[in-house]
Amino acid sequence: MLRNLLLLLAMASPLIAPPAIAQDGPLRIEIDEGVIEPLPFAAPTFIAETPRAAVLAEEITRIVAADLVGTGLFREIPREAHIGRVTSFNSPVEYADWRAINAQALVIGAVNTDGTNVTVKFRLFDVFANAPLGDGLQFGGNAANIRRLAHKVADQVYSRITGEGGYFDSRVVYVAESGPKNARQKRLAVMDYDGANTRYLTDAASIVLAPRFSPNGDRVLYTSYETGFPRIYALDLNRLTRRALDDQPGTMTFAPRFAPDGNTVVFSLAQGGNTDIYALNLSTGARQRLTSAASIETAPSFSPDGRFIVYESDQSGTQQLYIMSANGGEARRISFGKGRYGTPVWSPRGDQIAFTKQYKGRFHIGVMRTDGSEERLLTASFLDEGPTWAPNGRVIMFTRETAGAGGAPALYSVDITGRNLRRVATQGAGSDPAWSPLLP
Amino acid sequence: MNTGVIISGTGHGLLILWMLFGGFFDQPDEAEFTATDVSILSEEEFLALTAPARAPSIATEAPEALPTPAERLAALPPPTPAERPEVSSEPAPVVPPAPEVQPDVSDLAPVPEAEARDDLPDLPMPPATEESTNLVPDIGTARPVARVAPTPSPAPPPEAEVAPVISEAPKPSEEATEAQPEETATAPEEAAPEIVTEAEVTQEQGAAPASSIRPTARPARIARREEAPEPTPAPPTPPAPQDAARDDVADAVAQALSGAGTAPSGPPLTSGEKDAFRLAVSRCWNVGSLSTEALKITVVVGVEMTPDGKPRNETIRLLSHSGGSDGAARQTYESARRAIIRCGATGFKLPKDKFSRWRDIEMTFNPEKMRIR
Repeated sequence: MLRNLLLLLAMASPLIAPPAIAQDGPLRIEIDEGVIEPLPFAAPTFIAETPRAAVLAEEITRIVAADLVGTGLFREIPREAHIGRVTSFNSPVEYADWRAINAQALVIGAVNTDGTNVTVKFRLFDVFANAPLGDGLQFGGNAANIRRLAHKVADQVYSRITGEGGYFDSRVVYVAESGPKNARQKRLAVMDYDGANTRYLTDAASIVLAPRFSPNGDRVLYTSYETGFPRIYALDLNRLTRRALDDQPGTMTFAPRFAPDGNTVVFSLAQGGNTDIYALNLSTGARQRLTSAASIETAPSFSPDGRFIVYESDQSGTQQLYIMSANGGEARRISFGKGRYGTPVWSPRGDQIAFTKQYKGRFHIGVMRTDGSEERLLTASFLDEGPTWAPNGRVIMFTRETAGAGGAPALYSVDITGRNLRRVATQGAGSDPAWSPLLP
Repeated sequence: MNTGVIISGTGHGLLILWMLFGGFFDQPDEAEFTATDVSILSEEEFLALTAPARAPSIATEAPEALPTPAERLAALPPPTPAERPEVSSEPAPVVPPAPEVQPDVSDLAPVPEAEARDDLPDLPMPPATEESTNLVPDIGTARPVARVAPTPSPAPPPEAEVAPVISEAPKPSEEATEAQPEETATAPEEAAPEIVTEAEVTQEQGAAPASSIRPTARPARIARREEAPEPTPAPPTPPAPQDAARDDVADAVAQALSGAGTAPSGPPLTSGEKDAFRLAVSRCWNVGSLSTEALKITVVVGVEMTPDGKPRNETIRLLSHSGGSDGAARQTYESARRAIIRCGATGFKLPKDKFSRWRDIEMTFNPEKMRIR
């Protein structure tokens, strides 16, 4: 009874309460437009905790900043504009000083040396939130590997701000080219993702093509014309030893690529005028034929989960992309646009496929979803080909060759949004890049 | 009823009798013909009549001007009582004799002849002033007005006012050394939608802070959420259902009776005001550094505002998200938070008189359109 009375009072309360216009809660606004611009950050020189660390601190700081700026997602605020001074790694951050110069992220670090060992530690701060962005982190290593230490720091900063994995502490294997166009010399080379620390893996005695990293980065598959015919080899990067794979007389093998398990290699084998895709078990040496069409099937690439293979084929009369099971079987065409599609590569994230497209005399690097939808062309030039994914699936590196007698191939990278097209600083001309996974 | 029948019968009877004996059915007499004299024209005379008439010659001299009515009135003899005709008291159908005495008009001045001139008379022109300057260009003969509005339309506001006196620009004082901030000559930032008197402004300013009652439920709830990121597995035992219901009802009644409904009052923000605020926030929302997954996530961010249009940074919180993982949502939320703080540092341009409407804001950040560009 009492409850009913109270309910009645509650229902009648609007008549008793002061009149007010109806209000439906807080003001609600939908923001569906933003801006795309590099995020400004400040990276004051890391603090040298020992006298010998001063030079290293400067170099590491520059590498970290260059890594971030090179993504196109960040913009470094010059040191001359800094108001705040960092004198100690543990001193509190004066956020107002950094906010005044519109630094939205702040990287503070310190370098310590002990003999040949170097220790780098850093902290990242969200200036406008007046709070650190994650915990501090420390890396240690040899003084000869300070670039890797710096890349590790940059990967962490990149990952904490963007939410994506980094790709700075990685390598790229490619074909270094030299000499005139009609007598080009090609060697396998490996370098840091930014072009530093180039090392040559083969000599220029024979033509090499299409190197591919193993899933853990310890081996490289490539094609060599050492015997006069294309043949695939596996190169151990630690011992620099190699061995030929599936060395069958009367055949040509090329376009190899590792399966995600690292124990299976898929490649194209040409025999009797027909080219099909085969899988080779490296442990047992067993070979399995995956396609059997009369057309040319080549450039296979595994999905990250190892269940599917995307490849190119001209079975429809023109070069198109197909997806089949990792064990072969019926294939499904995924490219239906105008032009010819080739060299498909499955994204490490598994959601997209990069490809080379030729249409109306121009070459493009593009991406599409695995069902062939949402095709987007990222580049356009006289000759773009051979895309490879960064370990985080955000950046694509490829070969761009200029026209004319003096034309030479070079390596370029582009964000999958199509922005931040950059030439990779290689020593001389280069082609056929393949990105390694993140180094351990 | 009988009366009506009698009247009707009588009337009809009389009508019948009149038709029978009144000559209604008699044949009318033959119409009388009227004769007209006809003259015969010769062919020359007919051609002369039908030939186009020549334009009349224009007289170079104006005819004598006719006397004006006033002049004609003055020319009449003044009536005198003695010369009035005698009027007999009896109405006799006799014509009164004509007056024998003729009016003496010798004293009257002769009517001057009108002087006709070809040239325009010299009319005194009003002195030319700035107000009477005709700014309408001469476009020839005006067309006749097709329709005249029953009521005159109000005069349009003047587009520009001419200063009555040209004032010279003040010369900068040599003693003043400090640079004054440069003011741009622009229109006022906002046009008042209604006339607000000084008294109303004073009353509003004085009453606004006192009558503002902050909601307490939402900040407290969000604060608890941020303090405890992981839900506790064993929540405290809830009270008995009856007690809970009774408490809720009691709280509702107490809140209603106290008048602390925290419901914002007054007119809501116009769409223009909302758009301006939306634009201000979106200008600072940088999605360039967001991951591809974060660009697929929509986050709802709540924030409380101060009366001067600045966000209270400590109240910015993630209310909800959809479309992806918590980690990616965190990235999207942080980009939204940076946008609010950055562009709100100097205060958003929100109507202060509607503070109760935007004191608490929920912003939905949807990067769908920014995903692929």
